[in-house]
Amino acid sequence: MKLLTLNFLTCAIKTCKSSPSSFPLHPRDAELEIVEADLNLKFLENILPRLMWDELRVVVDELGLPTLPPTIPTRADLVAPSSPTSSSSSSDPAPSQTARDLHRILIETCVREGKLVCGNCGHEYAVKEGVANFLLPAHLV
Amino acid sequence: MLPTPSTSHVCFDRVYEPAEDSYLLLDTLSSASETSFLHGQFSTSPAAAEGSPLVLEVGVGSGVVLAFVAANAGTLFGRDDILTIGTDLNRFACEAAAQTVQKAVATAPTRFLDVVNGDLASSVRPHSIDVLIFNPPYVPAELPDYSHHEAYNEPLSAGKSTTFEQDSYLLELSYAGGPDGMVVTRRMLEQLPTILSSTRGVAYLLLCAQNKPEVVKQEIRAWGQGWMAETVGSSGKKAGWEKLQIIRIWRANTSILDSISSHNP
Repeated sequence: MKLLTLNFLTCAIKTCKSSPSSFPLHPRDAELEIVEADLNLKFLENILPRLMWDELRVVVDELGLPTLPPTIPTRADLVAPSSPTSSSSSSDPAPSQTARDLHRILIETCVREGKLVCGNCGHEYAVKEGVANFLLPAHLV
Repeated sequence: MLPTPSTSHVCFDRVYEPAEDSYLLLDTLSSASETSFLHGQFSTSPAAAEGSPLVLEVGVGSGVVLAFVAANAGTLFGRDDILTIGTDLNRFACEAAAQTVQKAVATAPTRFLDVVNGDLASSVRPHSIDVLIFNPPYVPAELPDYSHHEAYNEPLSAGKSTTFEQDSYLLELSYAGGPDGMVVTRRMLEQLPTILSSTRGVAYLLLCAQNKPEVVKQEIRAWGQGWMAETVGSSGKKAGWEKLQIIRIWRANTSILDSISSHNP
């Protein structure tokens, strides 16, 4: 499961929805894998407005990955400054290091095995073979 | 006509096989009237600036519908940068659907997030979904005995195969909808206003005649706050309960209503 997906998921228990601590879910005992994908700069730019940045930083820290900057990058931050030696103005803009880091974290880093824990109720959701299980026992629905 | 994504890798003994209802969703979503609506909602309106639209299919099954949407994003939405996510109670469907969508967007893998093993949209962050698609278990038939779920939903260990009872149960999840075929759909409708984006959210729901679609639409309109429900696609030549339709559920002129209320506190 991609870390970008985690940015859209919350505790499935109804009474947790109103609590800010039910998001993000906290990875525990996570086994990560890298699934390489081509970087798409336009796509990265367009998902910036969708990100819950502070919560993403929490998850990244908890996974022991390199800390993200305190404020969300701007679209301009994702484009490498054009080198004065490159004369071709027609070529597509190149991704900056920030864009490459973000792509690595959001798109390529996946939780293969582990648990996702709600910060409000403590319920643990298992991730097995990359599929997160959000089904609740009948008494919690 | 846009191509139908391949589901040749899916084992239909325990995952719902694409059928008339699935194809009605494909035809409706790619019809001239719906692509024009979706372009308006996500390409030309001011809400387009809110970033990539997130499409959720609930009960994704084989994944054929979500894969179709992901693969044809440009035609349907007027933009290529959409995100797709699926949920299903059946973990075998989750695995199959993930493969279906990945194959369909092999050249644009960023359009696919994941398929989550969950109930309806209960694990999705409130107001994060721009387009919700649901082909529910709509057949008026006794609900499955969910007490089997945990045992029947376990990943298979190497060399093991599913039993006939397990396969029957997993397929029942995809079609059996209780009285009027509406038990699961009603639970989904209850979640809808909190799941959909408040500025540009829209849902496509498939109903059969026995679900009493006219009543369902009236109930949605009665939510107030600009909620609308209209039939935007139908199939089934003969009369009878199997006649199918797609209703679109959305909030009309939300941006106008919001600007009015912000000017008149």
